[in-house]
Amino acid sequence: MTGNTPQSIIEKLWNSHHILSDEGESLMYVDVALAQENTLHAFTALEKSGRKVIRPGQIFAFTDHYVPTTGRARGTDAIADTGIRNMVIDMQNMAKKYGVTLFGMAHEHQGIMHIVPPEQGIIQPGLFVIGNDSHTSTHGAFGCLAYGVGASEFAHVMATQALWQRKPKAMRITIDGDPGFGVTAKDLILALIAQIGVDGATGHAIEYAGSTIQALSMEGRMTVCNMSIEAGARVGLIAPDDKTYAWVEGRPYAPTGRAWEQALDAWRALGTDVGAKFDREVKLDATQIAPTATWGISPEHALPITGVVPDPAGIKDPQKRSEYETALEYMALRPGMALTDIRLDRVFIGSCTNARIEDLRAAAAVAQRGKAQVTTWVVPGSMAVKRQAEAEGLDQVFIKAGFEWRDPGCSMCTAINGDYLQPGERCASTSNRNFRNRQGPGGRTHLLSPAMAAAAAITGHLTDVRDLLK
Amino acid sequence: MQPFTTITAIAVPMHEANIDTNQLCPTRFNKVPRGPRYREILFYDSRFKPDGTPTEFMLNAAPYDQSGIIVADRNFGCGSSRETAVYALYEFGIRCVIAPSFGDIFAANCAKNGLLALTLPEEECAAIRRQLQDRPGATISVDLAAQTVTDVEGKAHHFEIHEVRKRCLLEGLDDIARTQQYAERIAGFEKNYYKDRPWLGARI
Ligand code: SF4
Repeated sequence: MTGNTPQSIIEKLWNSHHILSDEGESLMYVDVALAQENTLHAFTALEKSGRKVIRPGQIFAFTDHYVPTTGRARGTDAIADTGIRNMVIDMQNMAKKYGVTLFGMAHEHQGIMHIVPPEQGIIQPGLFVIGNDSHTSTHGAFGCLAYGVGASEFAHVMATQALWQRKPKAMRITIDGDPGFGVTAKDLILALIAQIGVDGATGHAIEYAGSTIQALSMEGRMTVCNMSIEAGARVGLIAPDDKTYAWVEGRPYAPTGRAWEQALDAWRALGTDVGAKFDREVKLDATQIAPTATWGISPEHALPITGVVPDPAGIKDPQKRSEYETALEYMALRPGMALTDIRLDRVFIGSCTNARIEDLRAAAAVAQRGKAQVTTWVVPGSMAVKRQAEAEGLDQVFIKAGFEWRDPGCSMCTAINGDYLQPGERCASTSNRNFRNRQGPGGRTHLLSPAMAAAAAITGHLTDVRDLLK
Repeated sequence: MQPFTTITAIAVPMHEANIDTNQLCPTRFNKVPRGPRYREILFYDSRFKPDGTPTEFMLNAAPYDQSGIIVADRNFGCGSSRETAVYALYEFGIRCVIAPSFGDIFAANCAKNGLLALTLPEEECAAIRRQLQDRPGATISVDLAAQTVTDVEGKAHHFEIHEVRKRCLLEGLDDIARTQQYAERIAGFEKNYYKDRPWLGARI
């Protein structure tokens, strides 16, 4: 705290990375930058301008978006499509050429760019993290300022290790209360987005606070922060606490010995001071939140699983009415039908939102109660998650239930690696976006938690997981 | 980067809210190197049927195949950080998008590529869209230096824009060059930063 003015964690992080101000913008120092195959556009731009990566030790590259989720032993040869294969190969070559740390396709810790860095201890409290991907907000779970940026800004960071930003407004979202049985971090964030809207936090950095957030595991916190962008915020973070430190301790990039003690002292001072001001405050009562699923084509089209598909006819605002009509037409749903009557063709359990070990445990706990009624994939978020799940026997649970156990990557979250829905197919998915065509042209997506996805898998329709677990 | 100063062009009204970057550039095209192919990629899944034949989507036919401006509804460009969404708009010939609000990352990406994402209040966007609806193919004008949009009826709408974004667009300025002027300050900051944070180790 400087002087006597109480500061929020957002201000503290901002101030500690602020190099200078110029014309109303701030030049911010970047600790860590995360790249994926699409970052090739940034590398190409850098190369064209003849510039260098000035701090290669602070840039980390991941192959996740384009990698296949089967046949890994054959390496890049397993990728049939030349365009896709070249993205992986070119990115790996570019990373090597510029000397940045690469978690390539054959790396023992390969995985999604928002899952591997926390596993490795690359993400620690107090950092300014940028990533060439909108879900970089995930890393806010560790008390970091973590921004998603496009290719140009990423190239800028590689060339300067800094980024021009305008200070976002600060918004605190306080969630209190004991969520009911069967309600997970995913349900909290979906319910929140349904309440504040997909542009509800535009221009803001969010601090999530309150007893519900404190009670979440680090995995759950990552799920919440991950989807901040789906509420329009580039940044969503949670003050670090003992759970955070326990997660980081002992990981490959974590400090040790005396350095660890020094780090802890600094991290403990990061939290929001009592009396700090926020531009906006939102409160949510976790006891009122049910397991949630989306019915439409925007993450804000989310409802408790006990709900029914909304009827556009009942909506006064013409803009919203036509939005709902478009959504229902695309999703091929009837107004008034129960969400639990929505029949599925596929189930996808994966993505940087929900493919950590805790997510797979939750899915397996449900999977062991039945057999998949539709094609169901489980795509772990990283090799480390995959090995851990196998050590716990979760893979066997899934396989016995008729789920497919695959290799780590983004897979059907963004459908760019060759895993995608057929036109018209309907999928229950633990990912983060239900936009039209997101999981493949003409595909239809219902977002939900891992436990809810597993429940949908063994019934073949959207299902209230609480009924199954009773 | 091409400077942006003024534009008078056919404006296409898009009434839908939350047009995301997946729609602007479907994911599978992200691997296409920057270049003219992006003209076809813009809104690909809306413009083409699965068999590749064109749909009735408005950008496919006159007058809107010549559009230089989009007038949209709230939260345009939300979603993925893909800059390919901006490449697609740019190659199609779009130089300016007017909307009540934008996805933050998208708006930043526009500015880095000579495309003006400008914000007008919801009612003004809706009014301009109605005018365009009534007179398909009508042009509107945008003057960045003066910060005005002149609508179909000749009415001027003032818009706000951050001064740096304005200057960079007007001059077609490369951000990296601007930052490199501060190389010494960055290096100085960095030295102190790591001195105070020995646990971050020798990252540099
Ligand atoms: S899992 Fe999905 S949201 Fe996450 S980084 Fe990959 S494509 Fe993006």
